[in-house]
Amino acid sequence: MLKPIRLIPPGTTFQFVPKRRIAFLFSALLMIGSLVSLFTQGLNFGIDFRGGILMEIRTAGPADLPTIRSTLSGLGLGDVSIQEFGTETDVLVRIQRQDGDERAQMVAIEAVKSALGSEVEYRRTEFVGPTVGEELKEAGALAVGLALISILLYIWFRFEWQFAVGAIIALSHDIISTIGLFALIQHEFNLATVAAVLTIAGYSINDTVVVFDRLRENLRKYKRMELSELFNMSINETLSRTTMTSLTTLLALLAIYFFGGAVLADFALAMIWGVCIGTYSSVFIAVPLLLYVNLKRGDEDPTGVSVPQDERIGDG
Amino acid sequence: MLQFSPWKTTLVLLVCLLGLIYAAPNLLTADYSRDVPDFAPGKKVSLGLDLQGGSYLLLKVELDVVIEERLESIVSGIRGALNNAKPDKIGYRNIGVSGDAARVTIRDPEDFDRARGILEALDPQAVVTVDDAGEAVITLTEQAAQDARLAAVQQSIEIVRRRIDETGVREPTIQRQGDDRILLQLPGVDDPERIKALLGQTAKMTFRLVDITASLANALAGRVPPGAQLLEASNPGPGQQSHYVVKRKIEVSGENLIDAQPSFQDNQPVVSFRFDTVGGKRFGKTTAENVGRPFAIVLDSKVISVPVIQQPILGGSGIITGSFTVASANDLALLLRAGALPAPLVVLEERTVGPGLGADSIEAGKVASIIGLILVAVFMVVAYGLFGLFANIALVFNILLIVGALSALQATLTLPGIAGIVLTVGMAMDANVLIFERIREEVLIGRSPMSAIDAGYKRALTTIIDSNLTTLFAAIFLYSFGSGPIKGFAVTLAIGILTSMFTAVMVTRLMVVTWLRRRRPSAVPI
Repeated sequence: MLKPIRLIPPGTTFQFVPKRRIAFLFSALLMIGSLVSLFTQGLNFGIDFRGGILMEIRTAGPADLPTIRSTLSGLGLGDVSIQEFGTETDVLVRIQRQDGDERAQMVAIEAVKSALGSEVEYRRTEFVGPTVGEELKEAGALAVGLALISILLYIWFRFEWQFAVGAIIALSHDIISTIGLFALIQHEFNLATVAAVLTIAGYSINDTVVVFDRLRENLRKYKRMELSELFNMSINETLSRTTMTSLTTLLALLAIYFFGGAVLADFALAMIWGVCIGTYSSVFIAVPLLLYVNLKRGDEDPTGVSVPQDERIGDG
Repeated sequence: MLQFSPWKTTLVLLVCLLGLIYAAPNLLTADYSRDVPDFAPGKKVSLGLDLQGGSYLLLKVELDVVIEERLESIVSGIRGALNNAKPDKIGYRNIGVSGDAARVTIRDPEDFDRARGILEALDPQAVVTVDDAGEAVITLTEQAAQDARLAAVQQSIEIVRRRIDETGVREPTIQRQGDDRILLQLPGVDDPERIKALLGQTAKMTFRLVDITASLANALAGRVPPGAQLLEASNPGPGQQSHYVVKRKIEVSGENLIDAQPSFQDNQPVVSFRFDTVGGKRFGKTTAENVGRPFAIVLDSKVISVPVIQQPILGGSGIITGSFTVASANDLALLLRAGALPAPLVVLEERTVGPGLGADSIEAGKVASIIGLILVAVFMVVAYGLFGLFANIALVFNILLIVGALSALQATLTLPGIAGIVLTVGMAMDANVLIFERIREEVLIGRSPMSAIDAGYKRALTTIIDSNLTTLFAAIFLYSFGSGPIKGFAVTLAIGILTSMFTAVMVTRLMVVTWLRRRRPSAVPI
């Protein structure tokens, strides 16, 4: 019974490291594409960061978007965007930040509510004033920055600085490409997206650390093996784990994406991308980069975690 | 790694049992939590406003107004003191508040020293400087300004609490945040417009005399007599004045009110009120001295009614007529009962979720969790067979522990928090995967089952700790950065990392070890 099926057979010898230039080229293009998209199209900031009003309403029958649009644009509230949300009875209304202070925004909410009347169900009303929007923007950038620095320091402390360099480059790669993806598809970039970016950072580094751990172990074990070959072996040895964990995580994320409701869908989308790119970057970026940072062999390892020569085996 | 001492086994089982006990109340439909103290089992996970529906409001207390008012009162103190100075009055000009100081210019250089003495005696918490040209600048000390702000925020919280309580919202949370902010969480409120309207008024009520000597036309043209003020009428009916010239002197203020209730007079909604003893006496005196003259009831610098005093009102109670509706009479009575805010409040951020969306989100979260769980569980059995089954049992305990921890800590479960749990379901498998893969490798190099499993656990452990700690860092920064719902995500993620490490390393291992001892297998089915 219960005969396991091995997705990745043992003893693979995929040529990840020797083929690294292809991956580097791909990643370089990905970075350029992300940055171009970011600077030309820019991010579609949600009200969390830009300030403004967001309302999710549900109408009795299928929503009559043109009527809602003309009702609301008659209010003189500036840029109003109307969009179906999840189902055909649900409508997402976005209203630009109003001129003036916070009170002006409150007036706008009341105006919309009285224009749409009480027949519609107000499922969600969110308002972020200019002050809070600026603060959230700063806090978000700060959180991502601090998380990167702390991860960098941790890797430096647990491994060596060369590993930290590789990890942080791979991590930045993942974060930039995720932000680039959101710029490209113009999905709303909001608090949940920042949460996704930070979680991706955690996930990606987790993946990288696992491969690094194996690499360090092999560095001590095979003192004379050529680095490139040793790296490639380490990746192949951990390949089954890398794939399995990515798959279980992706399965969970797909469940959120398809069944978790419209509010979580974008979050799940960012995470799905992040898991894929994070897995890719651990294998194709973080490890091959170590070839270029003058990595020392295991003898100088400052942390002194050594592989036991003679394992004591439990007597059961 | 394969020895489990009896106490260790007991400990692992105990933790799992605790998780079960703390998580159990969430399976019951009835809510017993009100009878149970914090930290004791029996509490359910508390749902965030995005799941149970409700309104989150971040308010700012406009503290500049507090300082300005304090300076205004210093200015009126200066007027009185200089006018009544002994032996003769001191001449002055250019009196008023500008910037963060009260300013007055003394006319006669001979009076400078005398004026300084008088000004310094006015407010012990103010600093007075008089320059050679006779311009006196009176500022509050930094300490005094700070105290005034702090007091204003605290008083605002108290007034907000009273007003919210009066509206009948159940279990509101009212917290101070930062220096000048108040965070309001109102479960079950899906249309906070009324509450925002109630909080949007400071509700400072004053009873003052109308300046009958002044001409309204002159005042409207900008010539307001000294000691008087031009005020707008609130909501004037047809044929009523739009403005009134009202004396600055406050006869009685809203602080002296002890009760206010909506009622009816001639089928019109009105508000009846009652003063405390001091207020009643003052009101009696004023009305006795001014029979036949109009007086103004002023709310937040708007005149709501201008009755003519028919007879002295000595009982300390009266009614306010005005163009009220039943609802507005109700609200005014409420505001007067709850008291005035020391400074205006503005809404900086609002997030309101209706009960429909909340219920839908819970439902979607449940469905996503269950489907995610099944997918992952099936996958694990397919990939690791019996060991996958062990991992799945551990996963169930993992979820129990997360829910139990959330219930025990009374952390708030939000929609992103549910996403965090589902994500943990996927990521929790990582520790198991690391161990199982390692065991496979050890089996491949020809170790005995016992030895392979032992080595697998031993070698995977540092990797598990290293990789999970980094994710934990991300969760901690997320917590420190995020507002409400995102904090919920960070909390479940962090708890999930800890519990999944525990379940993978301890619970799965306990099962594996027990199986090893019972079966003594010749090969590892992995």
